[in-house]
Amino acid sequence: MAASPLVRARGVVKRFGKNTVLDGVDLDVAKGEVVVIIGASGSGKTTLLRCINLLETYDEGSITVDGTEIGFRDGAGGGRRRRSERELAPIRADIGMVFQHFNLFPHLTAAQNVMLGLTKVRGMAKAEARKLAEQWLSRVGLAEKFESLPSQLSGGQQQRVGIARAVAMGPKVLLLDEITSALDPELVGEVLSVVQQLAREGMTMIVVTHEMTFARDVGSRVVFMDGGRIAAQGSPNDVLVNPTQERLKSFLARIEFRQH
Amino acid sequence: MFEYHFNFTFVWRHFNRLTWGLVLSLELALLSILIGMAIGLVLALAYTDFGKPVRALIAAYVEFIRNVPLLLLIYLVFYGIPSIGGFAYDATTSFVMTLSLYAGAHLVEVFRAGFDAVPKGIVDAGKAIGLTPWQRLVHVRLPTVFRITLPSLSNAYISLFKDTSLAAVIAVPELMHNAQWINSNSFRVLEVYAVLTPMYVVTGWIILMALRLIERRLVIHVPR
Repeated sequence: MAASPLVRARGVVKRFGKNTVLDGVDLDVAKGEVVVIIGASGSGKTTLLRCINLLETYDEGSITVDGTEIGFRDGAGGGRRRRSERELAPIRADIGMVFQHFNLFPHLTAAQNVMLGLTKVRGMAKAEARKLAEQWLSRVGLAEKFESLPSQLSGGQQQRVGIARAVAMGPKVLLLDEITSALDPELVGEVLSVVQQLAREGMTMIVVTHEMTFARDVGSRVVFMDGGRIAAQGSPNDVLVNPTQERLKSFLARIEFRQH
Repeated sequence: MFEYHFNFTFVWRHFNRLTWGLVLSLELALLSILIGMAIGLVLALAYTDFGKPVRALIAAYVEFIRNVPLLLLIYLVFYGIPSIGGFAYDATTSFVMTLSLYAGAHLVEVFRAGFDAVPKGIVDAGKAIGLTPWQRLVHVRLPTVFRITLPSLSNAYISLFKDTSLAAVIAVPELMHNAQWINSNSFRVLEVYAVLTPMYVVTGWIILMALRLIERRLVIHVPR
């Protein structure tokens, strides 16, 4: 690969007390790639995702996004120091995230949810931000819902607002954390088709999911995590259809069992 | 049976004293809840975001105020502080200070619970779109806390409105004090209280309805 990866993780270690959740993770994500992370619960996949925009700190190793080290800056005298929340803010603005439980701001309408980052972080004028918010909400099929509060929207609609809020910021990479897990089955499709569309347009994405069909259809690469490490990775076909690794096989078998 | 002949003449003649007393009572309550909210918010935030020594100080303030009867607190502030500090201030200022401190102590608890009830996920969402800690406070946490705590704030305001009647003991010319003035000039105690009681009840009820109206517009369903 000629260009340096957009997201690069090297030897990332994360401990919660005595429990090591990430045990030396290396991961490269190129621009335009859609990397799907799968694995049993507790394998560290969500933690890895949350380390990339530092919603979780990591203890060792390095994560860079577009060349910028996320967790640390060079300290005086050669060591490295954790970044402050203030320093992190502009870095996080370039890394979009969509959450399992939507996490919309409950006191703001759909349009205001999308506008908040645009006006406060990007410094856009209100009218301009409003226009962009309406554009994105229309694109995710919510043209009728600009003025709705989150409590007036279905789960699938809320999640699409969540996607619009993240994408409107023009992020370099989009992190999707089990974004369909909290949805009723009949609402999953409307959310995934939005993500599929974004993938087709070349949005770089890192996706944690249990939707294996989605992983197969949209992923340019599938990463299997087990015990805080990356245990297998490759094309969706190699990983999902013709797995060779025992742990991966048994994980997929259990998933298949659940899905049918 | 004993017979009592009601005579409201004196009450009606001095009714404007009651009206102006009521206005002052409402002002005292409003001022105290505004200052009390400021105290409560700042301390609740300090409690949530700072370490143990700060927490201990705030807890001491809250416990002290909560365990001193309001009447005693009024005397302490009005007579105590000027004698120690060697300065005097008027009864109204003193009373607003007292009631604000009192409201503040109760509202610290209310706001603390409110800050705890802000879902972690929406703070994460604020971080993820690049809001600074201050922006998250102003645009995400405070609006949520305010809406969560609104019903408690309404109750606090009604309580404070009634508590203003205690200002009569240091001769603040609010509703209760003015009623007592009419008492001592007319000896028509029963008539005065017969007019005074509905004034408190009806005003309290109107405030409650107004606040419920605001609540209905603003209170939001906050997912956990």
